[in-house]
Amino acid sequence: MDVASFLQQCGIGITSGVFLGLMAVGYTLVYGTVGLIHFAHGDVVMLGGCLALAILSFLVPLPVVPLTGCLAVILAAMCSGLFCGCLNVCIDRFVYRPLRDAPPLSPLVSAIGVSFVLMNVGLVWIGPTDRAFPKIFLDTTHSVGGISILMADLLVLAISVPPLLCLYVLLRQTRFGRSLRSIAAITRATARSGEAGKLIGATFFISGFLGGVASVAAGIHATTINYQMGHQMGLYALTAAVLGGIGSVPGAIVGGLVVGLLRAISVAVLGPRWAMASVFLVLIVFLAFRPQGIYGKSKTRGGQH
Amino acid sequence: MKNNRFCPQNRSSLRQGWVVVACTAVGLSCFGCQETNSNRICLVSSLPRTGVSGQVSDEVVQGIRLAIEEVKGRVGRFMLEYRDLDNSASVSGRWTSEGEAANARLAVQDPDVMAYVGTLNSGAARVSMPILNYADLLMVSPANTAVGLTKPGLGIPGEPGVYRPSGRLNYIRVVPADDLQGPLAADWAFGRGVRRVFVVDDAGVYGQGVASLFADRCREKGMVVLAHVSIDPQAAEFKSFVRSVMSADPDLVYFGGSARTKGGQLARDLVSAESEAILLVSDGCRTKAFLDAAGAASLEGRCFATSAGLSPQQSDCSKIMFLQRYQQKYGTCPSNAAIHGYEAARLAIRAIADVGRKDRRAIVESAFASRVDDGVLGDWSIDVNGDTTLQEVSVSVVRNGTFEHEEVVPAADIGKKNVSR
Repeated sequence: MDVASFLQQCGIGITSGVFLGLMAVGYTLVYGTVGLIHFAHGDVVMLGGCLALAILSFLVPLPVVPLTGCLAVILAAMCSGLFCGCLNVCIDRFVYRPLRDAPPLSPLVSAIGVSFVLMNVGLVWIGPTDRAFPKIFLDTTHSVGGISILMADLLVLAISVPPLLCLYVLLRQTRFGRSLRSIAAITRATARSGEAGKLIGATFFISGFLGGVASVAAGIHATTINYQMGHQMGLYALTAAVLGGIGSVPGAIVGGLVVGLLRAISVAVLGPRWAMASVFLVLIVFLAFRPQGIYGKSKTRGGQH
Repeated sequence: MKNNRFCPQNRSSLRQGWVVVACTAVGLSCFGCQETNSNRICLVSSLPRTGVSGQVSDEVVQGIRLAIEEVKGRVGRFMLEYRDLDNSASVSGRWTSEGEAANARLAVQDPDVMAYVGTLNSGAARVSMPILNYADLLMVSPANTAVGLTKPGLGIPGEPGVYRPSGRLNYIRVVPADDLQGPLAADWAFGRGVRRVFVVDDAGVYGQGVASLFADRCREKGMVVLAHVSIDPQAAEFKSFVRSVMSADPDLVYFGGSARTKGGQLARDLVSAESEAILLVSDGCRTKAFLDAAGAASLEGRCFATSAGLSPQQSDCSKIMFLQRYQQKYGTCPSNAAIHGYEAARLAIRAIADVGRKDRRAIVESAFASRVDDGVLGDWSIDVNGDTTLQEVSVSVVRNGTFEHEEVVPAADIGKKNVSR
């Protein structure tokens, strides 16, 4: 692989890594707060993609004018984010909250169950086939130093990075953020209290909102969506969260970028069939030497926002 | 103790018990078909009715229903009943071994079932073939193309003997196998002046098989096979991979697989990356689902698909009658899947009619002896392995948002050359 090809693959990897990072933050926030792997997160994101598809199909007639196209994408990302946030809150309220005192495997199995239910909702909503996402820039490409940059990929970065910056400000600079970080240290006993319940609900909402934005970014990047997309995206994002150190927001973002880059380069070097295996192989080897992940602290769970 | 049996509580339990027994009996009579009915013959199909393949299955079923309608739902003195079985799981959207095996057992256990039309996927056929073979039940596939299902020495070791545990043959397919489609696709590409090919498959039984045969034939013809790569059919997109394809600078990219295994996404990503290579896909992609996923407009004139047999657009009289009936009933032109479903059902119905009684072995032998001289895809019969004698492959091109017939590639110089997988 020459330098230009390598950089090209890095560009593709970073683009996909950014929205995987958004999803990974969702996993890590929920885990850091209630100690639960929210297995249905990928499918919540998939449903966000379905809503975004419906909005964009309605708002983006061909030929597309870039400015209105961008506004439509921003609107779709906001709506999708709100939808996924509310859906996540509902899932927590009706599925996870009654199981706060249950053995750890109960919410885990419920989460898997919710995942399958949502997948079937997606199947009914958009049907079994791949659905084309409206093209915002009609494959406009710019060449920089021999590297082709798709305008659509720049749009992916443009809608993915601001929510991450907002999250940083929210967690670091606001009272709400400090409360959210402190809730990470709560015990099972206090998790049922009113204040903790609200903060947990807020965590699920933020997690879902970021997932909704990620779904739009993923749709623009892949140019299609389907009702099974949440499964593999969810796996990659969960890997990113664990690789970065589950419970750590910066870790999830870095993990997402690492997974995106690894995947892109594996596809180029080993072929697409081995991409997933190679990403997980790296995860296994890395965790063998650093079980807590890149940003995680050893022997702790959560509390590192 | 004795008195207790007659207390009101126990009488209530007894009544509940009888209700359960009655419901079970009604259920069995409705769904199980376990008891033989002297006036009824059952034809079943086993296809993936959900997921991406659901659309293709719909078309196959439409063809089957048309064939049954033609005989007005009767074969001789028997009422012909059709049961449309699903071998897929809705969540995965694809056929499952459990589903296919259950359907085969259901068919075997029902003494009125005389023919089994299926499967769509070669992998699924591998599950049900031995089950049906033990029962001497005629199995007619409208879509299986893996060579090992019928042809000795061309599949994996042990094929096709492992699918015939009784030692007798009961499996027929009305669609030519991949040893024809793959090589003839390569011949067509060579004839168009293609010299550098990049071969991609979906890592499945069908896709990998047809792509390997295509690649082998390309090498025989002196073309350069730049690479033969399997994709991950679960991947969301192939942007990184497409960059590797483009850096190899092929004249043609061949994809062995189906719309279900991301053929549409691959085509879409190739177009997005501004690849100038021709795209040639196997018959699994010759579907609306493929065009919807890929974006038909962007593939105009540059994406070609092979399909076994003659194209329905090459109409003679019998075909025109079929096309008219089909269009009248369903309001659309029949796809290849619909035609193969129709031909498979018609072959089974004729075999049952020829025998005139519920004798599974005799029906199988009758089907093997069939000669179809009014077939929609031409005149054909069944060879000793259970394969159709049709030896042509049609090539279609994407035009006006759909696949339009381009030309027929005859099996002139393929001969009987063995192409190993």
